[in-house]
Amino acid sequence: MKPAPFSYMRVKSLEEAFDLLEEYGDDARILSGGQSLMPTLNMRLSAPKVLIDINQIDGLSDIEVNNGKVTLGALVRHNQLISSDIVTKHLPLISKAVPHIAHHAIRNRGTIGGSIAFADPAAELPAVAKASGFIFTVKNRNEERKIEAEDFFLGLFETNLKETEILIAIEAPTLQQNEKTAFVELSRRQGDYAIIGLAAQSIVENSVFKNVRLAYFGAGDKPIMAKQAINLLEGKSYSEEVVLEAQKALEADLSPMDDLNGPPEMKMHLARVITARALADLIS
Amino acid sequence: MEKNVDINVTVNGQSVSRRVSARTNLVDFIRYELELTGSHVGCEHGVCGACTIRVDGNIVRGCLMLAAQVDGANVETIEGVSDGGEISDLQDEFLKRNALQCGFCTPGFLLTAQELLSENPNPSRDQIREFISGNYCRCTGYQAIVDAIETISIQRKPK
Ligand SMILES: Cc1cc2nc3c(=O)[nH]c(=O)nc-3n(C[C@H](O)[C@H](O)[C@H](O)COP(=O)(O)OP(=O)(O)OC[C@H]3O[C@@H](n4cnc5c(N)ncnc54)[C@H](O)[C@@H]3O)c2cc1C
Ligand code: FES
Ligand code: FES
Repeated sequence: MKPAPFSYMRVKSLEEAFDLLEEYGDDARILSGGQSLMPTLNMRLSAPKVLIDINQIDGLSDIEVNNGKVTLGALVRHNQLISSDIVTKHLPLISKAVPHIAHHAIRNRGTIGGSIAFADPAAELPAVAKASGFIFTVKNRNEERKIEAEDFFLGLFETNLKETEILIAIEAPTLQQNEKTAFVELSRRQGDYAIIGLAAQSIVENSVFKNVRLAYFGAGDKPIMAKQAINLLEGKSYSEEVVLEAQKALEADLSPMDDLNGPPEMKMHLARVITARALADLIS
Repeated sequence: MEKNVDINVTVNGQSVSRRVSARTNLVDFIRYELELTGSHVGCEHGVCGACTIRVDGNIVRGCLMLAAQVDGANVETIEGVSDGGEISDLQDEFLKRNALQCGFCTPGFLLTAQELLSENPNPSRDQIREFISGNYCRCTGYQAIVDAIETISIQRKPK
C-alpha cells in the first residue's frame, strides 16, 4: 500500500527539528532509518502529517570511546555497529546481537536510535541496552535528560520519550574485568524478529556470577529483566542445580504473550532453554 | 509545509531534477517517473527485497526510502549496474544455472549478491544464505541462486 499524504521536512540541525516538534506535536514523526516507520506508513497503521528527516544532522553518527564508556550517536546505522572496531572491542553484546537484526539492506539504513525509540518488544537492541546498562541522552528545545535503559521502556512500543524530545545519543559502559556476555535468540528464519531471546551479562570469577543481568526480548510487552532469576544467580557458582533453579524462577519473571509464533507455554519452555544456553556460554 | 519536494539526484550516472510528492517512495519514483522498471515492487514493507536499489554505493530497500531523501545522492538501479558490465558474470551464471524462472526477484538478488561479493569475496554457502535471507524467491527454491553466487565468488578470485 501507499502511505497517506504527509509533508516532508529535512532538517540540518537539532534546533530546527525541535522547533518543528514543538509546532506539530503528535502530528509529526522523526524519520531516522525509516526501516520501521516507513512500513507502518505504507500499511497505513499510522498517518502523521509531517515527517522530520534527521539524517542530515551532523554529529549524530559518531562512535567514540572515552573514560570507560562508548558513546554512540543516535544515527549510527546497524551495519556501522558491525564494522566498528570500537564496538567489536568494547561492546561484545552489541556485536553478537546486531547480525540478528533484519537483513543487510535494512541494516544499511536502520539506526540504533530508531531501534531504541521504536521499542519493539521483540527487538534485540532494547534488551541489550537493559542487559548492559545503557544510558540514553534525550533532548528537546528546553532541556537535556539522561535516562537509564531500565527506566526507558514502558510498554508495547511505548517509551519515556516525550513528544517534543529526540534521542540523540546512547552511552554504553565498557566491560569490567572478568565481565562476560552471552546472546541467544530463537527465530524462525535468519533476520526475523525473535520468537524469544536473551541478552545476558555478568562478572564471572571462578564460575561465580556477580552483577548478573538477564534481559529477555519477545517475552512480554517490553524487554524484561528477570529479577527473580537474577537474584537467585547472584553470588552463586554455576552448576546444573543452579541453572534449574534459575529456570524455575523465570515463571515469576516472564509473561510472554500468545502470538503468531506460538502460545505462552511454548515461549516459557524456550525461555528456559535459552537461559541454560546463555549461562553455559557466560562461564565458558 | 511542503507536500512536494524538489530533488536533484544522479541516477545511473545521469543527473536528474524532479519535483516529487513527499510520500513517493524511491522505487515508485524510479519506476513511474524515470520509467526504469527493472526494480520491482513486491510487498512494500521491507520483507521481499524485490525493490533493492543502490544508494551511495550500498543496497537499500527502495520501498522504505522516500524519493525526497535521495536529493544529492548517487542512485544506481539494476539497469545501470547491468549496462556497466559490473555483474555480467553473475547474470550469465544465473541464466546458466536456472537461478531465475519468472525473474521477478532477480534484480534484487543480483544487486544483493554483488554487495556480498564486494564485502566478502570468499563467502561460505552459509554466509551466502545469510546474506540473501532478505530476498524472497517464489520460484527457484534458492539452491540454484546460492550455487550461482558461489561459482562467481570462486571465478572472480585473482588467479
Ligand atoms: C523486514 C524487516 C525486518 C526487521 N527485523 C528486525 C529485527 O529482527 N530486529 C529489530 O530490532 N528490528 C528489525 N527491523 C527494524 C529495523 O531494525 C529498524 O531499523 C529499527 O527498528 C528502527 O530504526 P530506524 O532507524 O529505521 O527508525 P525509523 O523507522 O526511522 O523510526 C522508528 C520510530 O522511532 C522514532 N525515532 C527514530 N529515531 C528517533 C530518535 N532519534 N529520537 C526519537 N524518536 C526517534 C520514529 O519517529 C519512529 O516512530 C526490521 C525491519 C524490517 C523492514
Ligand atoms: S517491495 Fe520493498 S522489500 Fe518488498
Ligand atoms: S524467479 Fe520467480 S520469484 Fe524468483
